Amino acid sequence: MRWLPNTEADRRAMLDRIGVATVNDLFSDVPADVLDPALDLPPAAGEIEIERTFRELGGRNRAAGDGPFFLGGGAYRHHIPASVDALIQRGEFLTSYTPYQPEISQGTLQTLFEFQTQVALLTGCDVANASMYDGSTACAEAALMAARITRRARIAVAGGLHPHWHDTLATYFHFAGLELVPLPVAEPGCWLPDGPGALPDDCAAVLVQYPDVFGAVGDVRPWAEAAHAAGALLIVAVPEVVALGSLRSPGTDGADIVVAEGQSLGVGLAFGGPYVGLFATSDRYVRNMPGRLAGETVDTEGRRSFVLTLAAREQHIRRGRATSNICTNSGLCALAFSVHLALLGESGLARLARLNHEAAVRTAERVDAVAGASVANRTFFNEFAVALDRPAADVVAAIEQRHGVLAGVPASRLYPDREDLARHLLIAATELTSDADIERLGTALEETLR
Amino acid sequence: MSGTQRGAPDRVEPLLFELGAPGRRGVDLPEPTGAATRLGAAERTAEVGLPDLDEATVVRHYTRLSRLNHGIDTAFYPLGSCTMKHNPRLHEKLARLPGFADVHPLQPADTVQGALAVIDEMARWLRILTGLPAVAMWPAAGAHGELCGLMAIRAAHEANGEARTRILVPDSAHGTNPATAAFCGFEVHKVQENPDGRVDTASLKAALGPDVAAIMLTNPNTCGVFESDIRAMAEATHAAGAYFYCDGANFNAMIGKVRPGDLGVDAMHINLHKTFSTPHGGGGPGAGPTVLSAALAPFAPLPWVLPGEGGELRLQEQAVGPAAASFGRLRAFHGQMGTFVRALAYCLSYGRDGIRKVAEDAVLNANYLRAALADTLSPAYPGPCMHECLFDDSFLDGTGVSTLDFAKALIEAGFHPPTVYFPLVVSGALLVEPTETESRATLDDFIGTVRALVARARARGPETGGFADAPANAPRQRTDETRAARNPVLRWKPPTTCDSMS
Repeated sequence: MRWLPNTEADRRAMLDRIGVATVNDLFSDVPADVLDPALDLPPAAGEIEIERTFRELGGRNRAAGDGPFFLGGGAYRHHIPASVDALIQRGEFLTSYTPYQPEISQGTLQTLFEFQTQVALLTGCDVANASMYDGSTACAEAALMAARITRRARIAVAGGLHPHWHDTLATYFHFAGLELVPLPVAEPGCWLPDGPGALPDDCAAVLVQYPDVFGAVGDVRPWAEAAHAAGALLIVAVPEVVALGSLRSPGTDGADIVVAEGQSLGVGLAFGGPYVGLFATSDRYVRNMPGRLAGETVDTEGRRSFVLTLAAREQHIRRGRATSNICTNSGLCALAFSVHLALLGESGLARLARLNHEAAVRTAERVDAVAGASVANRTFFNEFAVALDRPAADVVAAIEQRHGVLAGVPASRLYPDREDLARHLLIAATELTSDADIERLGTALEETLR
Repeated sequence: MSGTQRGAPDRVEPLLFELGAPGRRGVDLPEPTGAATRLGAAERTAEVGLPDLDEATVVRHYTRLSRLNHGIDTAFYPLGSCTMKHNPRLHEKLARLPGFADVHPLQPADTVQGALAVIDEMARWLRILTGLPAVAMWPAAGAHGELCGLMAIRAAHEANGEARTRILVPDSAHGTNPATAAFCGFEVHKVQENPDGRVDTASLKAALGPDVAAIMLTNPNTCGVFESDIRAMAEATHAAGAYFYCDGANFNAMIGKVRPGDLGVDAMHINLHKTFSTPHGGGGPGAGPTVLSAALAPFAPLPWVLPGEGGELRLQEQAVGPAAASFGRLRAFHGQMGTFVRALAYCLSYGRDGIRKVAEDAVLNANYLRAALADTLSPAYPGPCMHECLFDDSFLDGTGVSTLDFAKALIEAGFHPPTVYFPLVVSGALLVEPTETESRATLDDFIGTVRALVARARARGPETGGFADAPANAPRQRTDETRAARNPVLRWKPPTTCDSMS
């Protein structure tokens, strides 16, 4: 086996040095009747055979790039520059772990410090952590943090929160003994321009998604004003981080905590994971923040250096007094995000976001021209909702099978119990969406809805 | 800062933000049309503040930074409890196949049958290797897996109409164990260890009662020894109506050799980034699938992968039908697909006969180190260890050299230090985990270095022995962590006008 360097001669010599006859003598504390069970598993396979197996398995999936593709709903297909993948596969990044020894971990620590800065700039917040598992768990942790800061036990949740994020939050809250209070729901595709309206008493925070699950965008400031007037924090959840290239930063518009899914930059779709959660807040709450933090300092020679800092907040140090559930985070995905954003820079991010928006606008115009399809959104970034004249899941299945087009996410996939949303389809476009793709979607919808 | 990238790799690398200049670009994208937007009141009006960089500068920046890191690829990395084994590049290639890397989680089920098959097959391997009937594949890391297990346990008690409030955790546990218990709404009750590094069965039994929801043990434990009384502890736990959560961080000592299900375990997370060789990535991503006993299986988180019509697989995403008792969703979407591909490739490469060699060689390597260093360092406990061995700092008594100094001297010698000051149950701990992918020659080199360092510590002490200012040759000398914490600088900020004039 190519991953086991010791030879039988090595093993023999090592057993002699230890002073035992067989390797099982080292397992003498294990009850003998459970040692070395028979395993109903296949025999070993070599590299050639393994590659064949996985090519076959992968071939049973339709890759997003195999044809026109319009899915979003919390995961977005973007181009990843070749340098990103080459750099994150440097063995010194790929095969290191949590930077406990700063003298030999400055690569990881400085990239985390740069990542934290990029996330703070994008979100418009003072400070960001070194990443979370994904956007949904970052969102749940943000709500818990707001409850700790305000010592209140309820979070008011706007209707446009992605159902998976909502359900993750509900799970965490159930076990934490906290309560979710739903806010009034807008029509799909509409942003409530005046904020949430009346808030329930004693809210720790108001949580609003931006763009919301139907793609609608609007002014965050009335939401911040309403939350702050009630003594609550405003949490803004961003499911598509590229949007922040075109949209106002929530942090500068009054959000106290901004969380986001960072998958769109550098990470890829990967059937849902691993992804990277972004978590940012203001300076005054930094000691309440979950997750790891890289901070700047100097070494004994006075050179700028970076270390993990404020570890007293972290769960593995707090042990029985822990307030979060994050230890190992999403380091390599954070690096991919950071490299991609470094390559884009200010002008590249703005252009990328603009290309996404323009592709979505062209898609919306084409779809809206189809009889039986009506775009619900007035505003959107790169994703919008369409009301169809029949169940959207059936339309998506028919278009996939007959036209080879993946037309979007039927709202019923996210809201199976909402009869009123059965005919809504979420359509996303990105910089990878060509005019030919848009035309094929339009034609497929026309033929299917005829 | 000069803003250049000159010289040897131990020089201070400028920050990205110090390298940019307006007008550079690292990605060539098409020109937007400039058509009217539909962004409404949300349209951005201010700059983000990111630097513009060209591709070559970015590639050089990260390449130079990477050279400041120690990785498994560069040298021995015996970081106890972290299982820093070789990460095969085949797995990187496979995870990047478009059929896995470029598949959306919400595609129709008939377009993702290969992805569901990978999840299903990885789940089968984990069930067979652990001897437990169910597995929740979705937790994103070890701590998340612990949370998954304790949520299932609490849901099971709730379904039974019981509000049990306490979790028993030994002092030697990973910090994440009591943290997860507290996070999940339980009180943490500590259990004592014996002088031989094992949990004291009598005190565990005495602490059990009708308010105990579960015990949380690590096996092999963080002292590197197998809990030989584990079945008696499991039986007592079950007799008290509680569940047995086992921290699976140390599964590398057991894989293929012992099934936790045969020891009475009800729930255990498995760190795919440890035992199953998926890269640690500088701190993640990990994956922490959690195996569950029959009693806990009904409460597993959503979604469930189930057989559908005609032999196809489907995702059950709602808590109805077979999943009606599920405690709910633990995260968006369905797990760390990229990690599952790598871990399954790892399993298939070893196969049923090879996989136990992993545990055997891991345990052999650890015991070899222990035997060779028993007269030099001070083993914390007598007898053989499992896949890692624990030393206390009594070998440094009278030298003036601390465990930290010793670790820094190992850095100077070119090794990543072991885990230090953990577990908390011995003084100045050094927890050494070599893993099975290290050769006897590497171990001998490490042993020789440790012996020489100990001799130097005894002969010359911290100052003239070179310990106090170690590591002299690393990219950095020791860092001022107090300063970092007292006056946190957690991001770069643009220089003010005043700064730039000076």
